[in-house]
Amino acid sequence: MQPFNRLNHRTLMGSVIIEHIKKTYDKGNVLALKDVSFTVNEGELFGLIGADGAGKTSLFRILTTLLLADEGKATVNGYDVIKDYKQIRGCVGYMPGKFSLYQDLTIEENLNFFATLFATSVEENYDLIKDIYEQIKPFKDRRAGKLSGGMKQKLALCCALIHKPAVLFLDEPTTGVDAVSRKEFWEMLKRLKEQGITILVSTPYMDEATLCERIALIQNGNILSIDTPENITKAYPRKLYALTASVVHKILSDVKAYPEIASCYSFGEFLHISFKNDGKDNTKELLQHLSQKGFKDVTIKEIEPTVEDCFIELM
Amino acid sequence: MKQFLVFVKKEFYHVFRDRRTLLILFGLPIMQILLFGFALTNEMKNAKVVVVDYAHDIASQQIITKIEASSYFSIEKAVMSYEDMHKAFKQGKIKCAIIFPPNFNEDLTHAQKASVQVIADASDPNTAKTIANYLTAYIGDYQQSINATMQLPMVIQPEVRMLYNPDLNGSMNFIPGVIALVLMIICVTLTSVSIVKEKEMGTMEILLVSPFKPIYVILSKAVPYLALSLINLVVILLLSVFVMNVPIRGNVFLLFAECTLFVISALSFGLLVSSFTNSQQAAMLISMMGMMLPTILFTGFIFPLENMPLPLQVISNIIPSKWFYIIVKAVMLKGLGFGTVWKETCILLGMTAVLLTISLKKFKIRLQ
Amino acid sequence: MEKAIICKDLTKQFGDFAAVNKISFDVNAGEIFGFLGANGAGKTTAMRMLCGLSYPTSGEATVAGFNVYKQQDHIKRNIGYMSQKFSLYESLTVQENIRFFGGIYGLSDKALKDKSNSLIERLGLQAEAKKRVSELPLGWKQKLAFSVAIIHQPKIVFLDEPTGGVDPITRRQFWDLIYEAADDGITIFVTTHYMDEAEYCNRISIMVDGRVEALDTPTNLKHQYKVETMDEVFYQLARAAKRSGE
Repeated sequence: MQPFNRLNHRTLMGSVIIEHIKKTYDKGNVLALKDVSFTVNEGELFGLIGADGAGKTSLFRILTTLLLADEGKATVNGYDVIKDYKQIRGCVGYMPGKFSLYQDLTIEENLNFFATLFATSVEENYDLIKDIYEQIKPFKDRRAGKLSGGMKQKLALCCALIHKPAVLFLDEPTTGVDAVSRKEFWEMLKRLKEQGITILVSTPYMDEATLCERIALIQNGNILSIDTPENITKAYPRKLYALTASVVHKILSDVKAYPEIASCYSFGEFLHISFKNDGKDNTKELLQHLSQKGFKDVTIKEIEPTVEDCFIELM
Repeated sequence: MKQFLVFVKKEFYHVFRDRRTLLILFGLPIMQILLFGFALTNEMKNAKVVVVDYAHDIASQQIITKIEASSYFSIEKAVMSYEDMHKAFKQGKIKCAIIFPPNFNEDLTHAQKASVQVIADASDPNTAKTIANYLTAYIGDYQQSINATMQLPMVIQPEVRMLYNPDLNGSMNFIPGVIALVLMIICVTLTSVSIVKEKEMGTMEILLVSPFKPIYVILSKAVPYLALSLINLVVILLLSVFVMNVPIRGNVFLLFAECTLFVISALSFGLLVSSFTNSQQAAMLISMMGMMLPTILFTGFIFPLENMPLPLQVISNIIPSKWFYIIVKAVMLKGLGFGTVWKETCILLGMTAVLLTISLKKFKIRLQ
Repeated sequence: MEKAIICKDLTKQFGDFAAVNKISFDVNAGEIFGFLGANGAGKTTAMRMLCGLSYPTSGEATVAGFNVYKQQDHIKRNIGYMSQKFSLYESLTVQENIRFFGGIYGLSDKALKDKSNSLIERLGLQAEAKKRVSELPLGWKQKLAFSVAIIHQPKIVFLDEPTGGVDPITRRQFWDLIYEAADDGITIFVTTHYMDEAEYCNRISIMVDGRVEALDTPTNLKHQYKVETMDEVFYQLARAAKRSGE
């Protein structure tokens, strides 16, 4: 490798740089990613937040050298995703969305297999996976196909980590997993981050966004926003209120029809609403309006926007 | 190297832990051999034999009586011309005929030599062969019995003619056919399915993202199936020798070498199939349609190739199994050496080289 | 109050393993009933029994007034079902899908035509009516799948994680459809991993280790567990789970 590249490499260790990546499928008929650019810093826990079909998997596959972009450049750990694909394949860990391991191999066999595949051994980097592996170790002779969703996920993470990758790509690791397992998974990620591994994780769950250091909101192949979760929620353009009543969904259409309303979406037992003009005494007027319509038990309070509010706003 | 071995080991785990694969792998050859074996070696009883006796003399009458006395045949005497007889054969009305020429006894007593014609419809080669064998045996019997009282030995020459399928393709020939079929199924179907399965499960993505060279993924998929097919070959050969009584006449090493070549060509095809399919079902279907069916149709081990329309005969030339079948038949059944099959071997070698090159070229180091 | 589903000690045993262990609950007609639980708590197994897809080992249950042991055929005729893993044919057009599923439930040609037209209009799919479903965005597919699942005006519709993976706006539009169906008198039985969606339900049950551990309105559950969000209620209950995995 040329000296320039080596220098480049050292300074970009563990980072991911994406510049104007464009990707289409089906001979250009289906647009997956349009002009995506952002940088993930070394050691960062970075979240790619978006619904199915937003382009998350395409981007991950491009970064892990599994797909070629139509246009644009990207480097991972200082290596070019096209030219240096071999180097990248040695230094990244990847957990694909539909990854389900070898169902007919046991936990231990799966782990050993992937360790050898990445030219290492389980013992060599045991420290890294110890926390996670200890949880499934009692079942090490059980075949992966017989494991629960949460356990499979842990095993898959172990397998992706076994060669101590510089950058870890996790494509929707928490999809279809219950709330408890999701919480546990994010705690594992936090501990991994402390070990200095750069982690890129994609998720359709907006509530997981706040667990990342920085996030990119992605929709239809477009990056809507990139920042820390705090900055993103701070950037919400209007005051946001939560409205609640005994039968919230019955009010929805009336609130939406109210002329001063800029946005109105249900969030659990609340409606999150904002007004076109924050200067006025909006809430009082709305309460009056609703009470005329026969809704007496309505309360409204100002709240901090969530990432989901911002995502909807940006869509 | 260690990676490679671990990979191969993993493949063996897959095979041995999946009952379905195991069944295909070892149940199939046994089933095929027994199925074909017993379907084709049916015992004949009361076979209808048409006797056309132009001689009407003592010798012909004696032979006919002898045949009639056996329980195997039901004799139908008829006077018909050659043309009528051929028509009857064509229409499938008669399966076998025995024809005594005029002056049969005279030839026998004066020239010490006479010929008798046995004609059989060999589109059902097994039955034809059995009937013809029995008939010639009866004639031989008769010859012996009259020679016992004669000073000068007399010779009755049975002229056996097999109609429609003179080489009697099909009798023992199903063994090479089954070898081709089984190797094809195992190599093409199992390899392509096992690779496509990795795609379906998402493990292929991990393999590609690992530093393990993509070419090794292919090789380590191929090695176990190569080994397993050779084991299978041994099973088939043992079955054919000890259960079906079909001997191996030629050089066993040559046979194995040729089989290995064929297996490699089948593996290459399996790899090729896997590179353009994304689901196990599709891989299975293409393997079946693309290789098994042609193997059954175009090698001639079930349907004689000679009877096929010309276009199909031409197509059969691009099917590796056809050449393999010719080779195995020559080596195993006829006991011929490499000298006689070098041409076919070269063709097979060429096909393998082409298939392998294409499949390696087509194997993607990325997902698309 | 009329009951859409009545469950009493419903159990499904696989060998020694009680996938569903004596669950008892009622679902009122016209209610939106959230059926939550951790992975492997037994949700899917329970739902299968209620849909007439498998027989319970013991216990009693009636769905839309029909017995789950003896009247599975009647049950199937009176329920709709939609899961995240699609219930539509990708290679058929929107219209063809509607007609096909309507046809399965024995709608007359005229009814089918009216239904499919009104459905397409209501979903704003006029321009896409002749397009294949595979060409639609995920959110539309899901909305269409739901509409198709209730095309025969079932008494109850079972929704298995209907909103998985869709964007936040589509998710809310989907719930609008659910409310509409509920207003039409269809009972909704829904599973979800989104806890905010749990709050859209009239009542929810939370399954842990094959049992229904909690069943009440979202507000009452939060009071009962003295927490602010459903997320925490769920976490408290599911954390105690001994087993996991389907």
